Amino acid sequence: MSIEIVSTKELCFRYNSTEVLSGVSFSIKKGDYLAIVGPNGSGKTTLIKIILGFLEPTAGGVYLFGCAPSKFGNWEKIGYLPQKLASLNPHFPATVREVVALGLLSRKGFPKRIGLYDQEAIDYALSLMDIAHIKDEFIGELSGGQQQRVLIAKALVGDPELLILDEPTTALDPEGRDRFFSTLQKLNSEKKLTIIIITHDIGTIGRYASRLLYLDKRVVFYGGFDDFCISKEMTDYFGEFSQHIICHRHDHGHA
Amino acid sequence: MDMLDIFSHGFIQRALITGFFIAVLCSTLGVFLVLRNLSLIGDGLAHVTFGGVALGLFFQTYPIYVALPVVLLSSLGILKLKEKAGIFGDTAIGIISSLGIAIGILIASIAGGLNIDLFSYLFGNILAINKGEMATSIIMSIALMAVIYILYQELVYISFDEESAMASGIKVDRINTLLCLMTALTVVLAMKAVGILLVTALLILPSVSAIQIAKSFRMTLVLSNVLGILSVIMGIIISFFINLPTGATIVLINFIFFVFALFYKNIIRSAGR
Repeated sequence: MSIEIVSTKELCFRYNSTEVLSGVSFSIKKGDYLAIVGPNGSGKTTLIKIILGFLEPTAGGVYLFGCAPSKFGNWEKIGYLPQKLASLNPHFPATVREVVALGLLSRKGFPKRIGLYDQEAIDYALSLMDIAHIKDEFIGELSGGQQQRVLIAKALVGDPELLILDEPTTALDPEGRDRFFSTLQKLNSEKKLTIIIITHDIGTIGRYASRLLYLDKRVVFYGGFDDFCISKEMTDYFGEFSQHIICHRHDHGHA
Repeated sequence: MDMLDIFSHGFIQRALITGFFIAVLCSTLGVFLVLRNLSLIGDGLAHVTFGGVALGLFFQTYPIYVALPVVLLSSLGILKLKEKAGIFGDTAIGIISSLGIAIGILIASIAGGLNIDLFSYLFGNILAINKGEMATSIIMSIALMAVIYILYQELVYISFDEESAMASGIKVDRINTLLCLMTALTVVLAMKAVGILLVTALLILPSVSAIQIAKSFRMTLVLSNVLGILSVIMGIIISFFINLPTGATIVLINFIFFVFALFYKNIIRSAGR
């Protein structure tokens, strides 16, 4: 039986009097590749923050590797890329290597130290994101796309079991985006890495993700991506664009 | 007077030793405060120290015994205002620091005006540090530096990105509280060296100068320490020879370092690209 990595039951969240999430239930198992899509303000990032224990739900339950987030302790199992490249301090005085190394801290005991023995993992993450050649560059002097790849390498360096990415491709060019999604798919299929990705690019993610959670404060659709392609919700929400999504997915060999 | 004769004076020796330890502490802690946009917390807490010192002088006790708990509690107050009342960090600092200054002025007024003791804390006098104060500064600086050394990676990660640090299992709230308490202790320690009004400069300027020049985090810390130590040593020597206030001289030297760092970053390094 597959291990349940994340599950929520009737999850609700209110901010003051505003309803942000209502009755959200879903679960993903090891090796799932889940895309969370939905309009702006639909609660996607809030859902991730609740899963990671940054926010307390108003009602309902959430489980991370079978634990309530407040009691969860195996943070080395998680790689996380938040949605805020724009707020990255351009004057932060660190090299690419130093930033990527931060992703290893969840695996460290007390006191946390990065040593020479960690270089292999760092080099692997750098090569995975194709940024080994800029490892000694200053993070603030890189382009937005390069900075994004550094942050993704930081999320991957600890060899996590669950990778959570909040709009990871916003700063990437089309070529970088395709390469990034190919890398993710390889990790998903070869290492059974479980992936949760928030994106607005439903056309592209449709080529890769196995499951879809369409959120608009409540769950509009949750299930296999192929089921979504033939669902009423798809045509309701995407109209003529739905054919484009289906074509994208079929082009990539999902039929 | 021979240049080297200056080092034969006991008060100069005490000032140099104390200044060295305080400079290392301030310039290290300052890097984390600047990168977290908390530069003004030092300023705010220094203002609160004014209130604490005035209170201590009013009750005729050693002012630091009163200022220390007042500043520690105020640092927690700033955090709570920010977290629980949803007030922006700089606003919370502004509220608490104004309160500190107001209490200081009220007490000074009740006591019949600012006396010489209160002035000495406002402007500092590292040359007047006694053996007991030197020993306290050394012990406290070593203890606080040890805490920073142990939590170094956590502090770096939180300075870079709080949210990712939280997803690594780092207890961000606890580290933030500790950082505020350490800043409060550092402000009280550095107060005697450069004075309440100028303590922020010792926290911020070496760090900001180092950030302009350094190309890695470790290099930033080393450079910040070097600039902090140099400014204190040069400030003590120069102020001694040309009879200037030491605290203000230290700050001015730090500002000159900052101008050079900006020049290096914007002119020399840019031209090299």
